[in-house]
Amino acid sequence: MAVETLIVLIPLLPLLAFFAIVLFAHRNNALSHWLALIAAGVAWMLSMIVFRRAVQTEELSRFPFAAAIEWLPTGSAALKIGVQIDPLSAVTLFFVAWTVLMIFIYSIGYHNFGQPKGEHDRPGLPPHGAEIRDGHGHVHRVPSIEPMYARFFALISLFAFAMFLLVITDNLLTLYIGWEIMGLCSYLLIGFWYAKESARNAMIKAFLTTRVGDVFMLLGLAALYSLTGTLNYQVILNNPSVLNGLASAASPLAGVSWAGLIGILLIIGTIGKSAQFPLHIWLPDAMEGPTPVSAMIHAATMVSAGVYLVIRFFPLLSAGWDGHHLTLPMLVMGAVGAFTALFAATIALAQNDIKRVLAYSTISQLGYMIAALGVGAYVAAAFHLVTHAFFKALLFLGSGSVIHGMEHGVFHTGENIDPQNMLYMGGLRKKMPLTFWTFLAGGLALSGFPLITAGFWSKDEILSGAYASGQTAIFWMLAAAALLTAFYTMRQITLTFLGQPRSHSAEHAHESRPVMTIPLVILAFFAITAGWVGIPEYFPAVGGLLPNWFEEFVGSMLVSHGEMAHFSLLPLGVSVVVALGGLWMGWLTYRGVVRPVDPLEKPLGGIYTLLRNKYYVDEFYQWAFIRPARWLAETLTDRWLDRTIIDGALHSIAGFGVWLGKSLRRWIDLPVINGAGDLTAAGTRNLGAFLRSLQSGRVQIYATVGLGLAAMVAILIYFLWVIG
Amino acid sequence: MNGLQVVFLLAALVSLFSAAMVVSARRMMHAALWLVLTLMGVAVIFVTLQSSFFAVVQVLVYVGAIAILIIFSVMLTRRVMEDHGDQILPGWRAAGLVAGLLFAIIVGFLALWQGFTTMLVELPADADNLLDLGQALVSPQGYALPFELASVLLVAALIGAITIAVDRKEDQHG
Amino acid sequence: MIPLAWYLIFSAALFCIGLFGALARKNAVAILMGVELMLNAVNVNLIAFWHYYAQVRSAPYVHGLAFTTMVFVVAAAEVAVGLALVISAYRRRQTPVVDELTLLKG
Repeated sequence: MAVETLIVLIPLLPLLAFFAIVLFAHRNNALSHWLALIAAGVAWMLSMIVFRRAVQTEELSRFPFAAAIEWLPTGSAALKIGVQIDPLSAVTLFFVAWTVLMIFIYSIGYHNFGQPKGEHDRPGLPPHGAEIRDGHGHVHRVPSIEPMYARFFALISLFAFAMFLLVITDNLLTLYIGWEIMGLCSYLLIGFWYAKESARNAMIKAFLTTRVGDVFMLLGLAALYSLTGTLNYQVILNNPSVLNGLASAASPLAGVSWAGLIGILLIIGTIGKSAQFPLHIWLPDAMEGPTPVSAMIHAATMVSAGVYLVIRFFPLLSAGWDGHHLTLPMLVMGAVGAFTALFAATIALAQNDIKRVLAYSTISQLGYMIAALGVGAYVAAAFHLVTHAFFKALLFLGSGSVIHGMEHGVFHTGENIDPQNMLYMGGLRKKMPLTFWTFLAGGLALSGFPLITAGFWSKDEILSGAYASGQTAIFWMLAAAALLTAFYTMRQITLTFLGQPRSHSAEHAHESRPVMTIPLVILAFFAITAGWVGIPEYFPAVGGLLPNWFEEFVGSMLVSHGEMAHFSLLPLGVSVVVALGGLWMGWLTYRGVVRPVDPLEKPLGGIYTLLRNKYYVDEFYQWAFIRPARWLAETLTDRWLDRTIIDGALHSIAGFGVWLGKSLRRWIDLPVINGAGDLTAAGTRNLGAFLRSLQSGRVQIYATVGLGLAAMVAILIYFLWVIG
Repeated sequence: MNGLQVVFLLAALVSLFSAAMVVSARRMMHAALWLVLTLMGVAVIFVTLQSSFFAVVQVLVYVGAIAILIIFSVMLTRRVMEDHGDQILPGWRAAGLVAGLLFAIIVGFLALWQGFTTMLVELPADADNLLDLGQALVSPQGYALPFELASVLLVAALIGAITIAVDRKEDQHG
Repeated sequence: MIPLAWYLIFSAALFCIGLFGALARKNAVAILMGVELMLNAVNVNLIAFWHYYAQVRSAPYVHGLAFTTMVFVVAAAEVAVGLALVISAYRRRQTPVVDELTLLKG
């Protein structure tokens, strides 16, 4: 079968699963998850087939698998949409397919399939357990099945469709469509438990914040289309004449070329979608959604889409780059990415919710990727994208497993604690060993533990690239962020798994079911090995043993290679030092925690509070943007314009209409029309009464009248006939 | 003016006067008797027209049977009549008008006919009208059918009159 | 020797008097009397015209006479039935006044 057909089929199956579940299967939990699982599984298989063929094809970047159809006739030409698999989309497809499948399988267990229904469970609220009696008559509280089970699988199927669509498409328009559908699914899934007010607020916040980014992105899209007449990647990005043209044309913004302006607009879209400062505020709140949602959307795929966009459009963003002076978009990316990486890492230090730490960690790592792209390290950014997806998904799923274990303990003991608070955990290593080892693998990858974790290789490449580009400020910021990353990761692992349990619930936690732990193992495998396809040749000792396949494959996307020739040991050393140092310091600080209190809280004092409250960014936005917007909506528009002016006008028109109707009725309808009708009726009646009197029943009268008439007729005929 | 004309005029005047009395007599018995006189006058006129057979038939049938019948029925319904006053309907003026109008029309139309003023002369004495009439009445090419129908009509009238007038008091309870 | 016109005028007058009687009298028997007058007028008319045609054609002509015979028969039958009706109506309603027989009043 032609590979283009296979490519097109990949997103279609999850879409069909979505419709099938929504229309037919939504009452049947097992059928719903099987439909979703089969769709994801087949999509995974097709993705693997396509990927295999992709890596076997020579010169894929110049001759990608492509197919297009004419979609929208526009005058003489037509807008074409289609698919394109080149090296970048091939590797993206690889990790998307794997993570999606793992998360789908995990969700079956996460939502407690097979458990009884809870007595007080209501759609819209997280399930809080069912009571069962065991053989001895004891009443146990056990986890109950999610009431909206089928809805979840429908939504994640739709999401999978959107992500696959975004990856395989060959033009910016369809990418934007997939982007927006993912935004919708993110909204629906963050607010999955819509009966909770915090979830509702979070879903709106996520949607609106990403929307801000999307508006600018759309402006960039429109500008690109109007300048070049197309949105197709090949035509724009593989075309030096187009790129140079855009780079030299001056935009309305002073001193900026069109390429720069469009680039900045697209970057703003990424800032929204990938939660970079200042639009990062939605991602931590998005943890209100179920953990598989956090894993899939907010770690592996949706936020990665933002980075994918800028990686894809790197030729445009770097149009005019001569290797030394960064173009404006690259400068913006570098600054924003590096700042966000450090900023988010500092906040993560002071968070106690296990998922919040990971959320800020995601923001930080995405900042890494964007900063890498900003300094021109194209392959490094793509590499980190791939590895990050694997270990971040792993970490989130692991945290979900931990939360399930803690919830079991909460049910068992009836304790009133937040099962997601790390300060109440501890010692889970013994209770949940598989979760522990896989989480450890992910955490070490995140920290960049040397050699054996994938994260090390990708992070090292980024640091090398940053150093080699000469942007030392960015380099040191990224290094500091790496130190903090290792620190808070070890903090998380220590608080959660090591030491002694700090609550009764933690004592009663137990390991999760295999349907949840097997995906963890598979992802852990990738978290460890995925880095080995990208070992740079210059690396001491092990460099050159394995070919740097990733560099060759993805690096062929660039028409002109970046400056990778310079090699220095400094970034390598810094990378190892910060990773190991951070891990060691984290372990030291947190290993002796016995009470549910953070040992850094008192020493850091005010700084700790600042970090805890995320630098009060949300509060600032509330004051600066939300309150004025509310005033505008509630007072100006609703009260003044709507109710007073518009409604007032309508009411007076209505009043006039009513008055008119009444007057017409009184003056015209009743007297004239009714009168005419009544008159006709009365007239007829009177005529009838009159005529009735002729029917006297008296024969003689009849005869008289008849003869008289006959006589007159005779005279008439005589005069007419004889004389006339 | 010859004798025949005088006889005719007398008979005509008597007849018309009696007819006028018939229609205006207050008491029914008087009206019936005036009717008899009228019929007699008409019989005389038949004679002047040289149809003596019909004059006799007139006297026999009309005066002898019909007028007698009328007198009988007047007597049988006498009880109630004495109570009512005027025997003329309130609308008699309209009837008079119509009658007058009709008279004028008839005479007017007839006057336009050219044979209106022919003088009727005596018929040849050898013309045996009665024999011809008798033969005509019974000959199939003549008036045999009407003759038979007339007899059927008489039978029907006979039976009908009896049926109508018979007293049904013995059948009904009221 | 008498002009036909006299007979015709006489017959018309008798007819109209009879008509007046039939239309303007209250008593049912009086109406029948009016009808008889009309029939007599008709007879006179018929005989007059018979005489006229017998004279004009100067050939045996009996049509008028046959017609007159029929009129006699019909008159007799009609009087018999009519009086029977009057008697019958008088019995039911105790009045021979036609004016009060108004069952057909509309």
